[in-house]
Amino acid sequence: MSAGSVIGLVEAPLAVLLAPLLIGWIDQCRAWLQNRRGAGVLQPYRTLRKLLHKDAVIAHGASSLFRVSPYIQFGAMAMAAAIIPVFSVRAPLGVAADTIALVGVFALARVFMALAAMDIGTAFGTLGARREMLVGFLSEPALLMVFLTASLISQSTLLPTIVDVLGQIHLTIFPSLAFAAIAFVMVLLAENARIPIDNPSTHLELTMIHEAMVLEYSGRHLALIEWSSALKLFNYAAIGVALFVPWGLAGRAAGPVELALALPIAAAKLAIAGAALAIVETLSAKLRIFRAPEFLATAFLLAVLGLLVHLLLER
Amino acid sequence: MLAGGLGVMAVSPLALVLGVVVGWTAVGAAGLLRPRDVAFAGRALFGVGAVGAFVLLAAAIWSLGQPVQGWVLPLGLPDLPLHVRLDPLAAFFLALIGASTVGISIYSAGYFRAGEGAAPGLMCLQYHVFLASMAMVVLANDAYTFMVAWETMALASYFLVTTQHRVAEIRQAGFLYLLLAHIGAIGILLCFGVLQGGSWHFTFDAMRAATLSPGWASVAFGLALFGFGAKAGLVPLHVWLPEAHPAAPSPVSAMMSGVMLKTAIYGIVRVSFDLLHAPVWWWGALALALGAFTAVFGAIFAAVQTDMKRLLAYSSIENIGIIVTGLGLAMLFRGLGMDALAALSLSAALYHCINHAQFKSLLFLATGSVLHATGQRNLGKLGGLIHRMPWVAWLALVGTLAMAGLPPLNGFVSEWLLLQAYLFTPLLPHAIVNMLAPLGAAAFALTVALSAYVMVKFYGVIFLGRPREIALVQAHDAGWLERIGLAWLALGCVVLGLAPVAVLDSLDKINVSLVGTGIGAQAEHWWLLTPVAAQRASYGPLLFGAGLVLAVGLTFVVVRRLYHGRVRRSDPWDCGFPGQTPRMQDTAEGFGQPIRHMFGPFFRIERELPTPFDKEPRYALRLGDRWWDWLYSPIARAVQECARAIGYLQQGSIALYLFYSFATLLTLLAFAL
Repeated sequence: MSAGSVIGLVEAPLAVLLAPLLIGWIDQCRAWLQNRRGAGVLQPYRTLRKLLHKDAVIAHGASSLFRVSPYIQFGAMAMAAAIIPVFSVRAPLGVAADTIALVGVFALARVFMALAAMDIGTAFGTLGARREMLVGFLSEPALLMVFLTASLISQSTLLPTIVDVLGQIHLTIFPSLAFAAIAFVMVLLAENARIPIDNPSTHLELTMIHEAMVLEYSGRHLALIEWSSALKLFNYAAIGVALFVPWGLAGRAAGPVELALALPIAAAKLAIAGAALAIVETLSAKLRIFRAPEFLATAFLLAVLGLLVHLLLER
Repeated sequence: MLAGGLGVMAVSPLALVLGVVVGWTAVGAAGLLRPRDVAFAGRALFGVGAVGAFVLLAAAIWSLGQPVQGWVLPLGLPDLPLHVRLDPLAAFFLALIGASTVGISIYSAGYFRAGEGAAPGLMCLQYHVFLASMAMVVLANDAYTFMVAWETMALASYFLVTTQHRVAEIRQAGFLYLLLAHIGAIGILLCFGVLQGGSWHFTFDAMRAATLSPGWASVAFGLALFGFGAKAGLVPLHVWLPEAHPAAPSPVSAMMSGVMLKTAIYGIVRVSFDLLHAPVWWWGALALALGAFTAVFGAIFAAVQTDMKRLLAYSSIENIGIIVTGLGLAMLFRGLGMDALAALSLSAALYHCINHAQFKSLLFLATGSVLHATGQRNLGKLGGLIHRMPWVAWLALVGTLAMAGLPPLNGFVSEWLLLQAYLFTPLLPHAIVNMLAPLGAAAFALTVALSAYVMVKFYGVIFLGRPREIALVQAHDAGWLERIGLAWLALGCVVLGLAPVAVLDSLDKINVSLVGTGIGAQAEHWWLLTPVAAQRASYGPLLFGAGLVLAVGLTFVVVRRLYHGRVRRSDPWDCGFPGQTPRMQDTAEGFGQPIRHMFGPFFRIERELPTPFDKEPRYALRLGDRWWDWLYSPIARAVQECARAIGYLQQGSIALYLFYSFATLLTLLAFAL
C-alpha cells in the first residue's frame, strides 16, 4: 500500500475531526471584524463536548425517525467527506460516488433533516422544513449545474479526475468557471444557512430556517446535528477549493514531497476561504425570506449561464 | 409456426407467458362464480393472480437469454390470426408488469372489503382482464391484436376507475378518461394505417419491412406520440390523470399509474425504434422538449396539491416526462448516428420506467392503506400516522426516498444515467441542438429537486407530526397481506437501486436489438456502474450503501459508547409557546405556498377571502389547470357550436325531412349521370 492510499484513508476522518475548527475560525474572524475578542477557535469543540454530556430531551410525540435522523445526517456528511478530495485526490470513495452522487448525499441529509423537523408537529418545525426545502430545491440544481460545467470541461463527473484536469490547465482562462464560482458561493451561503439567506447566530423565530428545524433537538442529537452542519460547511469549502483553486492538491501522480506539501496548502486555502466567508457575512445584510428565492434563482441562472458560456465559447 | 411451436410449448417462455394470460382471464371469470364472496373472489383469487404475476416475471427474465420467439395463434377473426412475439423489449415490459403486479395483487388480496363499490367478483374479473390485456399489448405482433388488447385494457381500466359509480365525480372522471383514451386510440390506429406503407398487411413484420418516405415516417411518429402520449399523460393530454387516479380504488391507481402508463411508453419505443427502424433527429428534439416541459409542469403541480392521490397523479406526469426526455435523447443520438449514446439514454429511460413502476405503486398502495384506516384523502386532515401505522409508514418511506431520487435507492440510478447522457449532448453534430439540449439537464435537475420537495410534503404531512383530526387516533395499521405487498415493492426499490449493473446487462439486450449496440455496463466490475468509461463516470451503489451504513452505524456506536444513551421525554419546546395545537402545523396548502407563490402564472387561482365582518370566517383556495382554459374549453365550445349549427337541419317537420331525401336523391342522380 503506497503512502498515497494511506493518506486517502485518513483524509475523511481528518475532515470529520477538523470541521468544527473551520466554524471556530470563521466565528473568530467575524468577532475580530466586529471588534470583539471572540471565544477562540476551539469554542465549537467545547460546545460539542457539553452537548454530548447532556441528556437528550425528546418531545412526547417524537417517532423513531426523529431519533435516527441526526445519525443519518452525520453519516451522510461523513460519506460526503470521503468523496471530496480535501488535500489529495485519493479519497476512498472517489470511484463509488461521483459529483452527481455527492449532490444526492447532500439531498439525503436535507430530506432527513426536513422530515425530522416535521416529526414533532410544531409550527416552527414545519415552517423550517418548508423553508429548507424551498432553499434546497433551488440550490440543488444550481450545484448540479456547477458540477456539470466542471464535468464538461474535464470530460468526467468523478471529482478526482476533475481536480486532476483542472489543476493542470491553470494557464487557460475559463470564463464559464467564473460564472460557476459565483453561483457556487451563493449556493454555499444558502445551503449552510449563512447570511444573507439565514443567520447562524439568530434565534429570531420568524426569520430562521436551519435553527427552526433543530429547535426540538438537544443533547447528543443536537451535537451530531451541529457537527454535521460544520462538516457540511467544511465539505462545501473543500469542494470550492477543489473546483476553483485546485493548485497544490496532490494529484494521482503526486510524489511524497507534493503529498507532504498538500496538507499545509489545503489548510491555508481553507483558512483563507473561511476568512473570506466571514468578510462576506459581515458586509452583507440578511435578506427577507421572500427575497431568498430570487437570490437562489439568480444562483441557478448563473450556473446555467456558466454552462452556456462553456458551450458557446470554450469548445 | 404453431405446429412447430407445439413441441416446445411446454417449456418455452412465450408459452409460459401466454399461459399466464389465459390463467388470468380464467381467474377473472372464476370471480363471477361467487361475486359477493369477499373471501373467495376478493382474497383467494387475487392470491392466485399474484402467483401468475410471479410466473410472468420469471418467464420474462428467462426469455431475455433466449432467442426471439414468435407465434401465430389461430384465434380471432377468419384470415386475421393473432400474432404474438416475445423479444427483449417485450420481455422487459412483461417483467415490469410482473414485478409490480406481484406486490399489487398480494396487497389487493387484503384490500377489498365487502360493501365498498362494485362486488368483489366483478372487480376480480375487471382487474384480471386488465392484467391479461396489458400483457397482450406487449406481446402483440400485429396491429389488430394490439388494438384489441389496447381497447380491452382501456375498457377494463375504465370499469375499474368507476367502481364507485354512484358518485357523480367518479363517473365524470371515468368519462374523461374514456374520452382521452379513445382520442389517443384513434391516433394509434391512424399511425398503424400509415405504418403499413401501402402493403395493407398489418402485421408488425410487414411494417418493419415497409419503407416509408421521411415525411410519412414523421407523420406516423407524430400520430404515435399523440396517441401514446394521451395514454401516458404528456402535457397537454395529461388532464385525465389527476381526475382518474383519485377516483379509482388504490390498487387500481397503483396498477394504472405504475404499470399501465408504461405500456404507452412501450408503444412509443416500439413504433419509433423498431417499426420505423431509425428515428429522425428532430423527433428526439420534439420528444425532449415535450418531456422536459411535462416533467417540470407535473412537479410544480404536484407540489401544490392537497389531495394525496392527486399529488401522486401529478408526480406520475412528472415521471412520464422524465422518461420521455430519456427517449427523446435516445432518438436524438440515434438520429445523428451516435448509437452507443442512444443506448445509454434508452437504458436510462427504460430503467426509470421500472423504477417508477415500483415506487409509484408502493406509494399509491400506501395511500390506499391510509384511506382505509382514516377515510381521508385530504392531506389537511391527516398527520402523525407513523405512530398508528408504523408498517405502512416505514415502507412508504422507502418509496418516498426512492422517488425523491436519493442514493442508494433506485430512483437515483436512472436519474444518474440520464444526467450522464445529458453530459454528452454537447457532442451532438448539430449546431443548435448541441447548445439547447444541455439546457434540458437544467430543467431535469430542477424537476428532481422539486420532486424531493413534493415527497417531503407528501410524507411529512401524512405520516409525521401530530394528527390533525381527532378521528385519526383510531387509525389502524394495514393487514399482513397488505404489508407483504408493500414490502415486495419496497424490496424492489432497494434491489433495483443496489444492483444496477445486472439490470443494465439485461437492458443491453434491448439496446442491441433496437439501436444496434449496447453500453457494455458489465465491462469493468459487477459492483461498479461504468456506463461509458471508468475514468469518465462511475457509481458503485453497493459500496456507497455499505459506506453509508458503516458511517451511520459507527457514529451510533461511538456516540453511545463514549457518552451515554440517556433520554428524557417532555413536552415540545417550540420556543416556549405552550398553546400548541395540531392545527398549527403546516397544512398541504401551507407547505405548497412557496411554490404557488413562485410559479403563480402556471395556475388558475381562485381565492375566497373572508371579510372582517364574517361571523364564521372562511378561507378557500382552488388551484386550476390552465390547459382547461387554453385547450379543452375552446374545443368543447367549438363542438357545441357545431352541434347547434347542425341542429338547424332538424326542424321536426316531416315535409323538410322529405325535402332532404329528395335533395339527396337528386344529388346522387346528378353524380350517377
